[in-house]
Amino acid sequence: MSDYTKPLPEMEGLTGEFYDFCKQGELRFQQCADCGEFRHVPREVCAHCNSFDWQWAASSGRGRVYTWTVVERALHPDFMDATPLAPVVVELEEGVRLLTNLVNVAPQDLVMDMPVEVEFRAVTDTVTLPLFRAV
Amino acid sequence: MAANPFRQGDNVLKDQACIVGIGETDYCRKPGSGLSETGIQLKAAVAALDDAGLQGSQIDAILAFPNLNKSEAFAASLGCDNLRFAATIHMGGASPVASLRMAAMAVAAGAADYVLVPAGWNGFSGARVRETSATDVDSIPGGRISRDYYTPFGLTAPPQWYALMARRHMHEYGTTHEQLGAVALAMRKHAQLNPAALMHGKPLSMADYLASPMITDPYRLYDCCLETDGACAFIVTSVERARDLGKQPVYIMGAAAGQPYPADEIVNRRDFHKIGLTIAAPEAFRMAGIEPGDVDFANIYDCFTYEVIQQLEEAGFCQRGEGGAFVEDGGIELGGRLPVNTHGGLLSHAHSLGLGHIAEAVRQLRGECGERQVKDAEIGVVTGWGDFGDGSIAILRR
Repeated sequence: MSDYTKPLPEMEGLTGEFYDFCKQGELRFQQCADCGEFRHVPREVCAHCNSFDWQWAASSGRGRVYTWTVVERALHPDFMDATPLAPVVVELEEGVRLLTNLVNVAPQDLVMDMPVEVEFRAVTDTVTLPLFRAV
Repeated sequence: MAANPFRQGDNVLKDQACIVGIGETDYCRKPGSGLSETGIQLKAAVAALDDAGLQGSQIDAILAFPNLNKSEAFAASLGCDNLRFAATIHMGGASPVASLRMAAMAVAAGAADYVLVPAGWNGFSGARVRETSATDVDSIPGGRISRDYYTPFGLTAPPQWYALMARRHMHEYGTTHEQLGAVALAMRKHAQLNPAALMHGKPLSMADYLASPMITDPYRLYDCCLETDGACAFIVTSVERARDLGKQPVYIMGAAAGQPYPADEIVNRRDFHKIGLTIAAPEAFRMAGIEPGDVDFANIYDCFTYEVIQQLEEAGFCQRGEGGAFVEDGGIELGGRLPVNTHGGLLSHAHSLGLGHIAEAVRQLRGECGERQVKDAEIGVVTGWGDFGDGSIAILRR
């Protein structure tokens, strides 16, 4: 796993907590303790009701493809050998959206609203990314 | 409670300020400008002073593009020994038009007499935007959000961010690749009438467009703007002072800016198509007291082809979902329903960070555009687009 050369998130603050749950095989999003609103990316306050009270609530891990692009020409040096590559936006059942990649669908076979579910991939000893598979 | 005199939609800025000078450098790719990013903007600023018939010492406000950092070195080089106001608006490519609005605010409020707004860069020979997510996380939209939630999954650069929006629009409204191509072709056609355009002498057909390599689906090579070195600048003053200067003043009828929500994250927008311009455009049109149908031409920030379609819709030139049809069949070419970017735009003229769109609007309203002149042009719109969809708009008249 140590030969993984693509960019990684910085495991700090709320982002570190989000990815630590991924490492444990759990997809969790912040949910406001007052109004129940889910949010992503992590923020300290609920933008819906401005409450500071929240918890990491488990996601069903299920969602649908909302949009995507197929990168044919990488513009970042670490992805030069990875094309074609499809960054995909998945809308989870909880209503939040996540940018990710699908593990079992070739870029040309992507379909709008395709049902997907989370599949975790440990890319280094510390970082596990939430990827998705078509179901 | 006392009424707020600056309530949104009031016309406190209408016809209070004018653009009285524009200046542009040549634009180039190889071998590069040979100037620093400050130097190239100084060159444009001096050209704008010459155009206006002003001295550097008369400039008492500078609204610098974010890459100039502070305006101090700029002011020191130009001899601005009476500087009263300096600020920078952080909206990426939407900054120049947002700065035009701020210039009008400064003049209307008495905070400045002559406001200089420069923008420019070595977009080809210097640091390339496409690579900054790998080298400078603080300079990219979203900053740490991009680093932690987009870049690990291969979403790293502007055409990729906006392709997500284009793809969704194509799904919801049936927008086609050929409609994106119609934008590229219109810009290229206009560039054939502009000797200063980098794509002058290089016409483009739909077959050429469709055969160009895919960069990030749905964006092909010719959906993407040029990367160039160059700079542009303009000067704003009051209506009264403008009367004493040499060039025909261009009046700022209305101007506004806005941000998408959230502005720092492009994926979780409840209304995926709402951008800064969605908020800004109605305010600008109310201020100007006109409708989109009254406009003779529009210079739309064309970083990528779909962004033109999206901004035409969100500015109200057509309904959301109708932008594809709007740009087809020469709709945005000279002689069409709304000529867009008669200089060739970012796609075929040069990447002037959107300030070239303002300069072209001024030339159109002065009647200086020669064979690409929009006949009897009285009112023109200019938009800016930056970062994850920040927006700005100005409505100008002669």
